[in-house]
Amino acid sequence: MEEIILKTEGLKAFYVLDVYGKQKTVKAVNDVDLAIRENEIYGIAGESGCGKTTLLKTLAAAMEPPLRIVDGRVCYHIAGADVDVSTLSQEEIRRLRLEYIAYVPQGSMSVLNPVARIKDTYRDFIESHISTQQRDEAFLLAKEHIVELGLPPKILDAYPHQLSGGMRQRVTIALATLLKPRIIIGDEPTTALDVVVQRGVVQLLKDVQRKLQNTIILVTHDMGVHANIADRIGIMYAGKIVEEGSTDKIFGDPEHPYTQYLINSLPKFGDKTPRESVPGSPPSLANLPPGCPFHPRCPHVKEICKQEMPGFTQVESNHKVACWLVGEGEHGKAA
Amino acid sequence: MEKLLEVEDLTKTFTLGSVLSRVKITAVDDISFYIKPAEIFALAGESGCGKTTTARIIMGFDHASAGTIIHGGKKEAKNEKVWFTEGIQAIFQDPFGTFNPLREVERYFFETIQNYKLAKSKQEAIARIDAKLRLVGLTYEDLAGKYPSEFSGGQLQRISIARALLTDPKLIIADEPVSMVDASLRMSIVNLFKKLRDELGVSVLYITHDLATAYYVCDRIAIMFRGDIVEMGTVEQVLMTPKHPYTQLLRASIPEADTSRRWQGEIKLSDTETDEYLRQGCRFAGRCPLVMDVCRTTTPPDVIVEGAHVSCHLYADYANS
Amino acid sequence: MKVFRDLLRDYRFFFGFWILVLMLVFASLSLFSPYDPGLWGEVPRDMRPSAEYWLGTDSNGQDIFWIATFAVRNSLTIALIAGLVSRLIAVTVGMVAGYLGGKSDRALMFVSDSLLVIPLFLMIVMLAMLIRDSMGVVSLGLLLAIFGWAWDARLIRSQILSLREREFTKTAVLSGTGTMRLVLNEYMPYSTPLIFSTLINNMAWAIGLEITLAILGLLDTSVPTLGTMLYWAISYQAVLLGRWWWVLTPIVLSILLFVALYWLSVSISEYLDPRRRIQRVGVG
Repeated sequence: MEEIILKTEGLKAFYVLDVYGKQKTVKAVNDVDLAIRENEIYGIAGESGCGKTTLLKTLAAAMEPPLRIVDGRVCYHIAGADVDVSTLSQEEIRRLRLEYIAYVPQGSMSVLNPVARIKDTYRDFIESHISTQQRDEAFLLAKEHIVELGLPPKILDAYPHQLSGGMRQRVTIALATLLKPRIIIGDEPTTALDVVVQRGVVQLLKDVQRKLQNTIILVTHDMGVHANIADRIGIMYAGKIVEEGSTDKIFGDPEHPYTQYLINSLPKFGDKTPRESVPGSPPSLANLPPGCPFHPRCPHVKEICKQEMPGFTQVESNHKVACWLVGEGEHGKAA
Repeated sequence: MEKLLEVEDLTKTFTLGSVLSRVKITAVDDISFYIKPAEIFALAGESGCGKTTTARIIMGFDHASAGTIIHGGKKEAKNEKVWFTEGIQAIFQDPFGTFNPLREVERYFFETIQNYKLAKSKQEAIARIDAKLRLVGLTYEDLAGKYPSEFSGGQLQRISIARALLTDPKLIIADEPVSMVDASLRMSIVNLFKKLRDELGVSVLYITHDLATAYYVCDRIAIMFRGDIVEMGTVEQVLMTPKHPYTQLLRASIPEADTSRRWQGEIKLSDTETDEYLRQGCRFAGRCPLVMDVCRTTTPPDVIVEGAHVSCHLYADYANS
Repeated sequence: MKVFRDLLRDYRFFFGFWILVLMLVFASLSLFSPYDPGLWGEVPRDMRPSAEYWLGTDSNGQDIFWIATFAVRNSLTIALIAGLVSRLIAVTVGMVAGYLGGKSDRALMFVSDSLLVIPLFLMIVMLAMLIRDSMGVVSLGLLLAIFGWAWDARLIRSQILSLREREFTKTAVLSGTGTMRLVLNEYMPYSTPLIFSTLINNMAWAIGLEITLAILGLLDTSVPTLGTMLYWAISYQAVLLGRWWWVLTPIVLSILLFVALYWLSVSISEYLDPRRRIQRVGVG
């Protein structure tokens, strides 16, 4: 098994807001244990407002008040040693984020300077990251990199608005992966794109991962994308990971009622059997129900679900679930 | 055959650029289709294919450059409210943008009733609102005195449908109604359209880029590409045995939630958007894997292949039969 | 009332509000003035502040305390007339131009752009010179109103332009709501903070301009305002002659007014900011 490159232990990251005298705590990441390995594509799936973007922010060490880590820690495995993010200085975090982690956001317009040619954006990027002696070499490298990723080199002379949305997103990915980061974090990188373009972007991400043998953490609500690209998937609900397993397990044999609903509600071609949504609405992270946060919507709810959050049950070596219905009595010990 | 709404030779052109370098873009290029009573009809395609422009014109928010729209035997008249009262309502993509966040949601319901004179007293109005809300699984109590921010996206979309139903429309235009709703709640909205069709006989013009839900909910579908309808027929015909190379590409690009059906092979993407609008002949020629010389020069004919309308030179033989 | 309590929690609103209340009380004292502001020589000239003349007297033989109450009253009235009338024009022009667009938009924006381009100050000075004799409180307020709306109309117009593209506009249209009601119901809540803050800013601008015009001697100097008080103080060389109470009174009063108006404007517009309002609605 590959080495673990990024892990969180009991991570709790809350937004503490003060709204006209009323204190409000948004429990966006609530006790999350992750262990993400080298050379894998790890998918995080969940609906909007489940805390997945916040989780990414803490993973990328890009937290800003009012978001705070309340408990637990985020650890990187850099050059054979575990590094706790909270012990790093601002400067070290900055360097870490530039060279070790790459971040691909949903909209690419915010990354690319709208009034500069792509080539100038590349130059700025290279100049801020690489010492002067290597610059010319680096720029050649950038060109090579673009060709390698299957993008036409002429795009270097274009302005962002002249490119299609899909091309912009691929340019952003190319830019983000120029320095061969060990971890690429994608926050809904394909969401605003058309299906054909989305396929191209996913294809590109896969290629990059294969070439660099690095780790991609991909957040998207589109289960189809996860099915296509992810090696392992974590299902997030109300600030918690409720199920984690290999992609085949999650799609073929989901254990958590929420995951089951999520998978079964997806329409398939050639199959018009009626499909049902999860009943009810997702809870507000500022006002979570007690016990398992899914219990108000769960069709199999039991008394204990309303009182206590279940721990993980290891269903198989590569599949764990946090649900009282699964493997009773083993809760809290496994994981 | 009875037609609820008929769109004939609809064209919409926009002019882009400055005074010196004007580019005329044909967003919708001479399209025709119709919607039957109690039918869910999908207008599908990628962004920039003209589907939303078509919907805007049908809703009366935009004017066509050419062509006609016939509804209930009448042609559309500009800026006429009657158009809506006679049975067309709409719901939108962003459930959080559908209602003004600074106003109580119920006010839109009362305004609709007041403006269309649908009730004589407040009790009658509330009864009507409650009845429509019950159709979408809510009640008036759930709504009373609340602001949009107090609802989830899925709830707001259902409320939006209930508001549209107030006037007892024959046709609801739904522009990407589930693309901004969470995956776990999407089916509850889509199932509602089925219910409206089956129980109330309401037709839905379902505008979407999501072919999987279109297959699940729709009866017929038209695939649009850069302003043209390239293929049209029943969802079985179009999505299960796609004829047009573009439909085939689209169909193959949908990420299916099935790990045994991962994408194979590489695809070619367009670099810029405006090129394809300005292309002579078939607009897909630049990316088509089966491109022929004729595609680059001549607009493809509209032929019927195995019951479906296809606009492609590959099927030119069918034109005579 | 809850709104008011929420607002008072903001120290800027708290101070701004109480200073303004104090000013209003001060201005309303003019109703009890023992002297007629139009008459000179009622009291001994150039007296220092004392128990009898709280803020001293000036070289015209007027009691500065009582004359200042009239000055604040008149200045505030001018500002209020200028502010309210120009708001009326700005809101109407902005909303009509923004919502209707097309020809009416171009025509209205041509007028407002013309007003923005011409050197406003010179224009006002010229007009003030022409109608100097009849330049009372009301006419000055109206004059300032005619020139004070152009920029704010543009602001409101651009806001309406962006609101018009929001989906709730379509929902309202599909609900059968007419143009007038649509603009008032849907857009007003968004425009109110803008209208409020521009009103207050406009009032401050009007007070400033009134003072300037008065110092240039372009107003009817027999009407006491903050500006004409300064005009008389300057023309009698009050600074040189060490009559600080005469100069300081209008200056301190105007500074207090400016600060209060500024604080109110900032804090109200922040409070009415739609994003914050949504947040508050969410909290309940």
